[in-house]
Amino acid sequence: MIRVELPAHLRTLADVEREVELQIVGQVTQGRILDALEAQYPMLRGTVRDHVTQQRRPFIRFFACGEDLSHESFDAPVPDAVSSGSEPFSIVGAMAGG
Amino acid sequence: MGAVRVLVGTRKGAFVLTSDAKREQWDVEGPLFAGWEVYHLKGSPADPNRLYASQSTGWFGQLIQRSDDAGASWHPMGNEFAYEGTPGTHQWYDGTQHPWEFARVWHLEPSQSDPDTIFAGVEDAAIFRSTDGAKTWHELPGLRNHPSGASWQPGAGGLCLHTILIDPTDEARMYAAISAAGVFRTDDAGQTWAPVNKGLRSQGIPDQDAEVGHCVHRIAMHPSRPNVLFMQKHWDVMRSDDSGDTWREISGNLPSDFGFPIDVHAHEPDTIYVVPIKSDSEHFPPDGKLRVYRSRTGGDEWEALTNGLPQSDCYVNVLRDAMAVDSHDPCGIYFGTTGGQVYASADSGDSWAPIVRDLPAVLSVEVQTFP
Repeated sequence: MIRVELPAHLRTLADVEREVELQIVGQVTQGRILDALEAQYPMLRGTVRDHVTQQRRPFIRFFACGEDLSHESFDAPVPDAVSSGSEPFSIVGAMAGG
Repeated sequence: MGAVRVLVGTRKGAFVLTSDAKREQWDVEGPLFAGWEVYHLKGSPADPNRLYASQSTGWFGQLIQRSDDAGASWHPMGNEFAYEGTPGTHQWYDGTQHPWEFARVWHLEPSQSDPDTIFAGVEDAAIFRSTDGAKTWHELPGLRNHPSGASWQPGAGGLCLHTILIDPTDEARMYAAISAAGVFRTDDAGQTWAPVNKGLRSQGIPDQDAEVGHCVHRIAMHPSRPNVLFMQKHWDVMRSDDSGDTWREISGNLPSDFGFPIDVHAHEPDTIYVVPIKSDSEHFPPDGKLRVYRSRTGGDEWEALTNGLPQSDCYVNVLRDAMAVDSHDPCGIYFGTTGGQVYASADSGDSWAPIVRDLPAVLSVEVQTFP
């Protein structure tokens, strides 16, 4: 199971707790995590990555294992600790005031 | 006469204010969608229990929410607003060309007759339609693809399509107002659009009488007389008696003809309301006095309405979608401020009282009136 940690507003929107669990078969990448997340929670489509460009929204960050993975390719494998479920993949709203 | 429901969108959520026909005691519910900007909420004229809301943030983008039970529960609907075809470019602030990029939904306009049909005015300026209750959205590209589209330039608030008016006698005729392009009219349900800005003069553009490029802040009509339109432009209050074909200025004795909202009395088509703001760089009332101005003559002659409104040290703004009227008799008038107050008048503007004083900055106010 892949553990994904969501920011507060998206937890409210999806009506879930802090973490959700996703089943992903095969190699785990950021793109496949987002695919699985949006498939399981369709109301999150467009909130993490843009509908049209499919790019990460500018004020969204991806953290895992103490690293900022935001600028990694969507096709790059995530750290083993995320693939094994021992560490969560965190989707974070950037600190941007407001 | 029945209840009144006021739908308030703010910078940090939505609020629903309800009262009986006396409009003296109010129940306040909210915040809904707490922490999100709610640019607009509106109920369907065909089914008042059907409400739509535009919810967005810079972090998570755009959501559309729908309620089928008068706001008791809400459900996220489709939020994909993809421009039709290759979007191309429009003019940017510095005069260069800039790609069309969807930013947010400013305004939702439900059909008069079908609860599942709704139009959305968006930034960067375009109009979208849903015919399945907001599950899916499709652009009406004839507007953005007008030959002038590449010359449209954003106003200070962005290149936003902020007003959609549907002619209640002919739903194929609609008006869309864009900052800073102007007013466009369709007579074929949105397939084709033509600019209707003749008579507007704007000092901030090279050709003051240009066909497009005017920063129209708001337009309004009375449903019984849909060929007459009223406009609050960046500067100037204007009127058209021929469905937008020509406009004339009706600013008259206003202390400032800059402002954002304009609205029409529910039962008197020539009674109109504006909130003068000092200037384009000083977005607050002249002299620190919050005054609604009413004309009972369809413009030119205006009276200040001050009873119950702060008359000293008031420096709030009233945004373009933040004024509405109910259809009781006497007519109720409502507006919200950037200071978080929502004021109501149950006597056509003669006297005012705040319903709430300390909401987040108010972006929009709509009213539903129940018989």
